[in-house]
Amino acid sequence: MTHYNFAYLDEQTKRMIRRAILKAVAIPGYQVPFGSREMPLSYGWGTGGVQVTASVIGPDDVLKVIDQGADDTTNAVSIRKFFERTAGVRTTTHTRDATVIQTRHRIPETPLAPGQILVLQVPIPEPLRWLEPREAETRKMHALEEYGVMHVRLYEDITRHGKVAQTYEYPVVVNERYLMRPSPIPKFDNPKLDRNPALLLFGAGREKRIYAVPPYTRVRSLDFEDHPFEVERWRQPCALCGATETFLDEIVVDDKGGRMFVCSDTDFCRERQRRNDAAQ
Amino acid sequence: MTESPLLGVRGLTKFYGARVGCLDVGFNVWPGEVLGLVGESGSGKTTILNCLSGRIAAGAGNAEYRARDGAVADVLRLAEPVRRRLLRTEWGVVHQNPRDGLRMGVSAGANVGERLMDLGARNYAMIRGRALQWLDHVEMARDRIDDLPETFSGGMLQRLQIARNLVTRPRLVLMDEPTGSLDVSVQARLLDLLRSLVAELDLSVIIVTHDLAVARLLAHRLVVMKGGEAVETGLTDQVLDDPQHPYTQLLVSSVLRS
Repeated sequence: MTHYNFAYLDEQTKRMIRRAILKAVAIPGYQVPFGSREMPLSYGWGTGGVQVTASVIGPDDVLKVIDQGADDTTNAVSIRKFFERTAGVRTTTHTRDATVIQTRHRIPETPLAPGQILVLQVPIPEPLRWLEPREAETRKMHALEEYGVMHVRLYEDITRHGKVAQTYEYPVVVNERYLMRPSPIPKFDNPKLDRNPALLLFGAGREKRIYAVPPYTRVRSLDFEDHPFEVERWRQPCALCGATETFLDEIVVDDKGGRMFVCSDTDFCRERQRRNDAAQ
Repeated sequence: MTESPLLGVRGLTKFYGARVGCLDVGFNVWPGEVLGLVGESGSGKTTILNCLSGRIAAGAGNAEYRARDGAVADVLRLAEPVRRRLLRTEWGVVHQNPRDGLRMGVSAGANVGERLMDLGARNYAMIRGRALQWLDHVEMARDRIDDLPETFSGGMLQRLQIARNLVTRPRLVLMDEPTGSLDVSVQARLLDLLRSLVAELDLSVIIVTHDLAVARLLAHRLVVMKGGEAVETGLTDQVLDDPQHPYTQLLVSSVLRS
């Protein structure tokens, strides 16, 4: 594809986005506005993530794209093909081999390494949005660190359900300063945000915001002293690979109420099945 | 009473374009005192309250507030972070329409607990305990703590709003027609409650009302407003029983005698 610039975006746009990323890295958790471009995919499909990836990827990078943990769903396949065609980069499904990983809704189970970049697609970047509809007001609340209202929401959850019922987009505080919405990852993945050796970049295309968690930054999930933060647990292991420490998807297998629980991270699951087979 | 006022307002002026909101208004509020601002609609009562709480910017004048730590500052010129902090610690604002002052989507307990959480309380059981205490204080049933404000009557909403404000033990509470939208019997009980809370907590209150009966019951002193100006100031009984200014005389004589 000689008609497109490398990785689709023109160099001036990439420069602008890189400046936003630098600012985001300098102020962990702070939402930096940027001039989001029209992309050849619709809003809600990862336009923010694609623009961030296009701005940080180089010809020597190896790209992995995840959608809900899987490498083989529509969103993942399309975005991977997009970069194969417009940037000519190598792609992989192995977390360990990738240098840039774009993801929707999951952080890989395989621990990330220093030097890797994880790009998360974000629908709504503002953690206070459903509590305070005015953008001018939420910015002021961030500036003044007025985050009490987020605890009002957690209080209400405990009152109604006996525990914090929020299972995804669970609010975190980055570097003990900015309240951040960690994109719609399950709260199971929240502990992976904390002091992660990889660079975590968040791109919201429709809302035109970029934010970041630099490597080894403290990320704390909000909670109460007497109701500490907890992640989901499952009663059975993965039906395919036997893993007990991963995030499991429930899959309906027939119309008689049959269901199975399997790893949502397909790469991790396959790798583990392969090792199980080799051991036998 | 101590020798210096809690709040000293001087020359407070606000224009809406060419029209007068309030003009050169001055008064003191002493610790433990309830000051009533009375007058007809459009006389500038609410303008004064809004200037003090920072909802609108005052045109001229100053309002010196003596904080708990003894520092004196002009609240009309406070930096925004300081003003917002003041409003949720040492001050309280009770709106005429409780829906403006409450979070209607969360339970009564969360409404009362919000200010505590704003100030860093992070223990669920403690916050809930304090909320229960305050429901007692404002004479609401304890078992309504988990109910949404949507399910409350007007009088209960107003009680909840008062509890929500008082939970951080403010020193000065601004009230805008707190009983304005209630029927007479509910109004009477709420006034009773306010009177006892003011005495018990040693609160200072600025209460805006057009209802002279409310003013007589609650306020120690009155400022009578007309056309944005304070036309008469004095002890409540004195102003209501022996009005000097023609407008005050008109106001007092226009109250229906039963």
